[in-house]
Parts: sequence; structure tokens; C-alpha cells
Amino acid sequence: MKIRRRDFLKGVAASTLLLAAEQTPAQAKRARKDLPPNAVGILYDSTLCVGCKVCEHACKQANNKPVEHTNPKEPMWDNPQDLSANTLNVIKRYGVEGQKDTVDGFAFIKRHCMHCLDPACVSACPASALVKNPENGVVTYNKKACIGCRYCQVACPYNIPKFEWDSPFPEITKCQLCAHLLAKGGISACCAACPTGASLFGPVEKLRLEAKRRLGMKLGEYYDFPVANIDSTEVQQHRAGGYVQHVYGERELGGSQVLYLAGVPFANLGLPDLPEDSYVALADGIQYAIYKGMVYPLVVLGGLIYIIRNREEKKE
Amino acid sequence: MQERQVLGGKVLTIPFKVCAAIVLIGLFFIGKRFIFGIGSVSNMNDGYPWGIWIAYDVVVGTALACAGYSIALIVYVFNKGEYSPLVRPALMTSMFGYTLAGISVIFDIGRYWQAYNIFLPWLSNLHSVMFEVALCIGTYILVLWMEFAPVLLDKFKADELKVRLNRIIFVFIALGILLPTMHQSSLGTMMLMAGHKLSPLWWSGFLPLLFLITAVVIGYAAVIFESLVAAIAFKRPMEMHLLSKISALMPWLLGLYLVVRIEDVNLRGYLPLAFDGGLLGNLFLLENLLFLAALLILAYPSNRQSPRLLFIASCAMLLGGSMYRFNTYIVGFDPGTGWQYFPSVPELFITFGIIAAEVMAYLWFVKTLPVLPKLTKA
Ligand code: SF4
Ligand code: SF4
Ligand code: SF4
Repeated sequence: MKIRRRDFLKGVAASTLLLAAEQTPAQAKRARKDLPPNAVGILYDSTLCVGCKVCEHACKQANNKPVEHTNPKEPMWDNPQDLSANTLNVIKRYGVEGQKDTVDGFAFIKRHCMHCLDPACVSACPASALVKNPENGVVTYNKKACIGCRYCQVACPYNIPKFEWDSPFPEITKCQLCAHLLAKGGISACCAACPTGASLFGPVEKLRLEAKRRLGMKLGEYYDFPVANIDSTEVQQHRAGGYVQHVYGERELGGSQVLYLAGVPFANLGLPDLPEDSYVALADGIQYAIYKGMVYPLVVLGGLIYIIRNREEKKE
Repeated sequence: MQERQVLGGKVLTIPFKVCAAIVLIGLFFIGKRFIFGIGSVSNMNDGYPWGIWIAYDVVVGTALACAGYSIALIVYVFNKGEYSPLVRPALMTSMFGYTLAGISVIFDIGRYWQAYNIFLPWLSNLHSVMFEVALCIGTYILVLWMEFAPVLLDKFKADELKVRLNRIIFVFIALGILLPTMHQSSLGTMMLMAGHKLSPLWWSGFLPLLFLITAVVIGYAAVIFESLVAAIAFKRPMEMHLLSKISALMPWLLGLYLVVRIEDVNLRGYLPLAFDGGLLGNLFLLENLLFLAALLILAYPSNRQSPRLLFIASCAMLLGGSMYRFNTYIVGFDPGTGWQYFPSVPELFITFGIIAAEVMAYLWFVKTLPVLPKLTKA
């Protein structure tokens, strides 16, 4: 009997190890997530953006964020270099001179939360301070829950959540797709302010179709482009730019509710090439394989208690 | 029953006072952090949200504190009672290591005053690896104190309480084996989420397994290191018979680790990165060469009898394993937008303060409590 018990235990230990070892990343993934039923998002078209940064200003106003001076000696106007605790939305420029939207020239990109379909930040957060709304898919933050561990920052593949390093009572900040305006039936402030329609708010399904429509446009011909909200009637006529044939955010890491179109390769705009399966799905899959949802640990604990108790009793 | 000994002697020695001074400096900076925010003492930033407080104090620190886990594993699971003299000192270092890791988390997290949030059922995120790690480490700290409680009860002659505790101690011993297995591997799982931000030399589906193995390896290495150093410092005979037997296990573990580690990088096609002469490649090679060196030393039974070689091998394992963990959390991590991180002096002093507090607690406990095995004098 004694020997058998011991073998059982060794078996348990060994199989736990093996189970962990057996899982090659390809096997361990869990399924991808679908678009929430009323998902809304933003389509940002770099070829339409003129770099006026009106959206940056609108974002700060809508979210009560102070101006930021990158060069403190010249505190003339708000000029953040990148996202920060005070800047939830930033327009960045790639290249300086030459023709717009060409690899040798320059191009703009707008950075803020992507509102991922399978958000790493939400999965990472131990306190459910970041949650994805099951209806419209907006990823919001609740400071009353947050413990400030910053795992969301480590986990976000796009480096979006920012932390108030200089506050004794710091918060995480990020774009929440102007959830407070959406709740009142409005749209995101950045899209409402955009003069060219480069930032376009709307239901993600429609934005995806719109993106596809643009990819099919003939270079240099005039087309109608909706402004601010894809459901609005306001349109402007623009010449179609030379699009890179890819909608960034449609598939990256399981997809996101913010979509990008651009005239230069996305990698040049600081948007990395990413696999279609999210790291979240992978990590979840591996956790599940090892733990089978707490069943394995309980079985092992039971085994351990049984065996140690017997041994301790024998000693007495 | 194993006889224990209170070492006795003066507590307020010079090393103890030096440590106390370092702790005071650390406390000063901790005070500053609470008044002016984390940015006032640390170089952590939005690109590198975790610095040495997490990478060293928690990720490396709890591995160094796996001595108790590793010894419990052989004593209780593989039923090798002869190692039980090593249990108490090992448990004690684990208890300090984990407790201090728990404390450093409190000043690392931004919104510490609501840290309990993660344990409120309506806020707990069961999908979060961080949640699992926090729960396991938190419980394990309690378990360690319960496992160590008999020593304190001995001291205060609370015999009745001790008898009662002994009746249920097996539950704590069992938890003391299960919990580290879970959270030590999960510390690896945690960095899976970093995805493309972590160099492919460290990012891998095998992170959980590799973190578990390094925890055990570092745990044994810490037992060997601690016993040898204590023997020299307190002029006691070395427990060579036990130490050389434990180290017979190590070549197997190290071999398993190296095969998985190298083969995994190789199969994913990133092995050339190791030889490109860059910092990351060189660190990768160094980590694994340290483990290989320990393996080669310990593979020969005669080497395992030599205190000097055992000491060298244990240092190689401690260093190799710590580097692997540190690199996974800091050096191999690159958020990719030009961010850089190197710990600031105050930040370092807070970590030094933690280490010094650990040394002080160790000295104090072995001198006043029955921890080390009793010497049978001829
Ligand atoms: S972009 Fe980052 S912060 Fe935004 S939802 Fe995705 S993971 Fe979360
Ligand atoms: S910092 Fe706050 S929001 Fe981010 S993961 Fe930690 S608890 Fe969640
Ligand atoms: S949606 Fe709102 S919070 Fe997000 S970038 Fe636009 S204005 Fe800023």
C-alpha cells in the first residue's frame, strides 16, 4: 500500500510537469472572441489626416486633461510627444519632408486605445478595474477598483495605459472611447472635432465595410467620405489616396474596434506586425491546460494532505 | 525528533548594525515614495512599468526563498526524512523572503490603500494571472508562518498550543508544497502576455515550466549556499553528507531545464539571436553557461563531496536562475518606443533595505530561536 501511495504522488507531480511541457503554443490557444453586439469604434484614415491636432485638443477638453509642454523652456502650447497620463490621444508624424503618404515622405498616425476584442489589459487586471462593456465593447477603467499594479501596462500590446508616476494617489489613464459622451447619446470628442473625417466614429461592422470600400477606390479619383460619424449625412469629397492594402486592427491579435488605414506600411507608423491570435488566448489556454479550472490543484492538494498526514501519524 | 539549538551570542554585531543603517536609508526613500509618488524615487516609467522592485524583490526574491519549498518537496513528498535537519533553517529563509516580497509589493503598487480589492469576490478577476499569483503568494506567506509557528511556540513554552497546531500542521505542509508550485510557474505565465514586447529568447509557451524549474533549482542552491555560509560564519561543522546527497539531484533538473530552454528557442528558430554578439544574446548564453557549469560540476560524485565545488556550483545556479528571471522581466523586455530603464539610486536603496532587513531577521532568529540543528558534541 505504502509504495502505491508514493507512486501515485510521484505520478501526480510528473504528470503536472508533463502537462505543462506537452502544451506547445499551437495547441494551447483558446478560441477567439467575437465582436460585441453593438460594438462601436473609430476608423482612422491616415491619408485624410492633415495633422492639425484638433482631436488632441478636443480629447483633453472632453476628458479634463491639462496641457503638456514637452519643452518646458517654451511653454507656448500643448505639445505632447507621446501618450502620457495627461494625453490620451496623440497625433504622431512619421518622416519630415517630401510627399505625404509615401515611404520617402511623411505620414500621420493617431494613437489611443484600440479597444481590443480580446483585451490583454482586461485579462491582466487582477481587480477588474478594466472591463470591456459586453454591449458596445468599450474598454473602461474604474479607479475605485484599481490597485495600481501596472500589469495592464505590461500586458497591453500597444502600450496604451499610462500611470500617474508623480502622484501619491496615482491612477491609470487611457482613452475610454469617451464612454461618458456615448452614455449621453453622443460620439467620441476626437471624431466630432475632426475637420476632414480622418477620425470617423461608428458601429464597427459599418466601419469595416467602409474601410473595405476605401481599399477598393481608384487612386486619385474623387469619392464621398463621411465626416465625424459614419451614420451622419455630412460628407466631404476627397481624392482617394494610395492605400496600403490592409486594414490594421481587423485581425491583429484577434482584432480591435479601432481600425487604421494608411498610405505607408503600418510598421513605419509604429504599429508592429502582430499575429492573429492574441497573447491572452494563448496564456488562458496554457493556464487552463495546467489547472483545468482549479480541478488539478484540488486533486493534488487532496493527495498531498493524505500522504503527509499518514506519514506524520506513523512517526508518532 | 530532531534536536535544535539556539545559537546564542550577541545580536548587535557590526554586520547587524550596518544592515540596520541600510534599512534606515531604505525607509527614508520609502517615506518619500508615499508622500511624492513612485516617480519621485524610481526610474520606472510608462514603457517599463515594472522595475527592480518587482523583478528582483518579488520574482527573484521569492525564488531565492524557495528553499523551504524545495526541502519540503524531498522531505515530505519523496519521504526522505533524513533531510529534516535542513527544514527549519530553510523554512525560515523562505518565511523572510516571502514576507519581505509581500511588503515590497505594498510600496510598489500605486493604489496600495485599496489592495484588498483584488480579494473582494465581486472585483476578483479569476482570469488574471496576477490575481492567482497574489492569492497564492498571500496565502503562502500565512502558511509559512504557520509552519514556522512551532519554533516560536517552543520558545515561549506554549506547549498546549503547539500540540493543537501539530494536529493540523499537515494541512499547512501540503499547502506549502502546492502553493509555490502554482505561483512560481505562474510568475512565468505572467510574462506570456508581454508577447512581442519580450525578446523571443525569453518569450515562450514554456515560461511556466521554466519558471517552476528555476524556482526548484534556486531553492536547492539557496539551501546549499545558506548551510555552507552559516557553517563558516558560526564556526559549525558542515552538513556535507546531506548537502552532497541533495546535489545529486541537481544535474537531472539542470539537464531538463537546459534541454527545454535551448530546444524551445531552437524550434522557434531564434537560436541565431543568441550568437549575434548583442547584449541579449550574450546574456542568454551566460545564463545557460552558468547552469551548464553547475551541471558539469555536480555530475561527478567526487565533486559533490567538496565544499568548495559545492559552493561554486550553488553560486552558479543562484546566479543563472536569477538572471533568467530578471532578464525575463526587465532586460529582455522592450516596449519598443524608445523607452529605457535603469534603476535609480533611491530605488536601489529600497531594495538593498529589503535585503538588509532579511539578513538582520536571519541573524536575530538563529541566535535567539531553536532553528539550527543541535550539534552532538563528542
Ligand atoms: S489597446 Fe491596450 S489598453 Fe486598449 S483595450 Fe487593447 S489591451 Fe486594453
Ligand atoms: S494597474 Fe489598476 S487597472 Fe492596471 S492591471 Fe493593475 S489594478 Fe488593473
Ligand atoms: S475617443 Fe475620446 S478619449 Fe479616446 S481619443 Fe477620442 S476623444 Fe480621446
